[in-house]
Amino acid sequence: MSNTSSALRIVWIYPDLLSTYGDQGNVLILKRRAELRGIPTEIVHVHSSDSVPEQGDIYLLGGGEDRPQILAADRLRADGGLARAAARGACVFAVCAGYQIIGESYGDDEANPLPGVGILDIRSTRGQTRAVGEIVADVEPALGVGRITGFENHQGRTAIGPQARPLSTTVKGIGNDDRTEGAYQGQILGTYLHGPALPRNPQLADLLLRWRVGQLNPLPPAWGERLHDERLAAALR
Amino acid sequence: MSELPLRAQLASVLGRSAASLSRATGRGDGSVIGGRVALKVEPDLLAKLAQGRRLALVSATNGKTTTTRLIAQALREFGDVATNEYGANMPTGHITALSDNKSAVNGVLEVDEKYLPQVLKATNPSFVVLMNLSRDQMDRASEINLLAKKWRTALAQTDTHVIANADDPLVAWAGLGAPNATWVSAGQRWKEDSWCCPECGGHLKRETDPHWECPECGLARPRATWAVDNDNDVLVAPDGQQIKLRMNLPGDANRANAAIAAATAAGYGMHPERTIERLREVTSVAGRYTSVVTMGVEVRLLLSKNPAGWLESFAVLDPPRVPVILAVNAQIPDGKDTSWLWDVDYTVLRDRRVFVMGERRTDLALRLETDEVPFEVADRVDEVLAKLKAERPDITKVDVIANYTAFQQIRTAYGRVQ
Repeated sequence: MSNTSSALRIVWIYPDLLSTYGDQGNVLILKRRAELRGIPTEIVHVHSSDSVPEQGDIYLLGGGEDRPQILAADRLRADGGLARAAARGACVFAVCAGYQIIGESYGDDEANPLPGVGILDIRSTRGQTRAVGEIVADVEPALGVGRITGFENHQGRTAIGPQARPLSTTVKGIGNDDRTEGAYQGQILGTYLHGPALPRNPQLADLLLRWRVGQLNPLPPAWGERLHDERLAAALR
Repeated sequence: MSELPLRAQLASVLGRSAASLSRATGRGDGSVIGGRVALKVEPDLLAKLAQGRRLALVSATNGKTTTTRLIAQALREFGDVATNEYGANMPTGHITALSDNKSAVNGVLEVDEKYLPQVLKATNPSFVVLMNLSRDQMDRASEINLLAKKWRTALAQTDTHVIANADDPLVAWAGLGAPNATWVSAGQRWKEDSWCCPECGGHLKRETDPHWECPECGLARPRATWAVDNDNDVLVAPDGQQIKLRMNLPGDANRANAAIAAATAAGYGMHPERTIERLREVTSVAGRYTSVVTMGVEVRLLLSKNPAGWLESFAVLDPPRVPVILAVNAQIPDGKDTSWLWDVDYTVLRDRRVFVMGERRTDLALRLETDEVPFEVADRVDEVLAKLKAERPDITKVDVIANYTAFQQIRTAYGRVQ
């Protein structure tokens, strides 16, 4: 660690439990968009048997099936590292099952409420139907991200408490509750856009980087922007 | 097998008529509609058709069509085999397969993962053959931990004999539910879905492949009596005999399929040496691994539908001077979610010519750009071939890796061109 203290430290939490479908994409795209701007990065993989380091810049949590989700939440609560990092002001980006467990509570497969890590003021329960398909949402204008698209595949419904704000307004798909999608509180951000949410939304990836390093040089539009526009057009067709 | 009751006979005849009609009118191969009609007339038909036979059910995420074909090929040594070789792997397809071959005592049925518990209960098979479980089409498929649990529970309620891959923790855990098992060390390249103990969730210790064990609850890899030695292309039988495989289907995945097939055929009394001879006769399975010659170039078609499958396909690519075309669609049979593309490591493709095609080629393009793999975008295979030939007239081979509907489109367009 000593010689990389200037690098942006990206911590991928529990790839063995919370990496169901393409979550690696978020790690890869943050690394690439940072390095294209000359910002060195260090990637740390934290397995469920390891303790979570507190000195990270961006913590990533992916999606997971019901049982791995419960295991991940229990281990994160027992470990305490993620909560301490969040209290220090680190950025956390969590998708789907990861989004639910960083909240105050979430529902298991029999709709019993279970305690979350408690770093984002949201409460999730199990809905009647599964939300599966392309989703489109308009992000809170103050964040400068614009319209995001992704794929959702979850049964959770999420209520946002007074400490957090909705990340976006749902245009197509379900998100939290048919009206809003995702939530944020300081630099803690969660979304139901599962898997490669950041590859599909380069502006969202840049928001997280901006939170850590300040103003960013713009990058020339490439395949990420093209995919974003293409999926947006397809979803709204 | 014994004579069917009258109602079952009628159901079977009606089903076969519907199947013939479907084929005659060009609407399908008849496997599904035939079974559907028959089930309306006799809901217990599958159980009745299965009675008195020695059946093997084959299930897995990847390789079930191929392994079903391999086992059937081996068992033909003993005479007719009832089998759903067109891959219609739900109960309607099983009814058609068994109706089409009433006299065959031996049968091999490919079974969709979700339907295994139901088909297991209905058919009371002699063997259940299980190879691997990994993430696949998650917008419509079951979660695999849940699937393994259902397999385990269903197997515990039978007296069947499981033949399973000991190296896949999820499969082994499911198979350990059965009263009897033969374990095959068939290997596991894709490990991203099995870092956690299926029993307790602990992080598995997997230091010396293929061994695995859970330091928290003690669940461990069962001892295998059959093994594949990929480096030497050898199958090691329970008596220690080493049998050269020399399969005509490519790659480690097919060595694994062959080993599982040999262990299954041994359950029917077949000597592994003879089994392997018969398995070498198989050169393509429902168009998979087929080479088509078009514009004077040999185009090899590899079907891969999920991250584990892509990883296996990358491993069987020809040497780097052979270009590769990657083609991805996201229609319903493919899964509408392309997130899985991010689970695969593409850096192994950096030293070869790569083309991206298909309805979701932009997803592929971003994925390759992120892994710093140079690529070109294309619309059609013949366009790629024309371009390559213009640059290098002596080009002889191209590999294609495609997911389901992309594969079917290419096969329809080029499959019959010689």
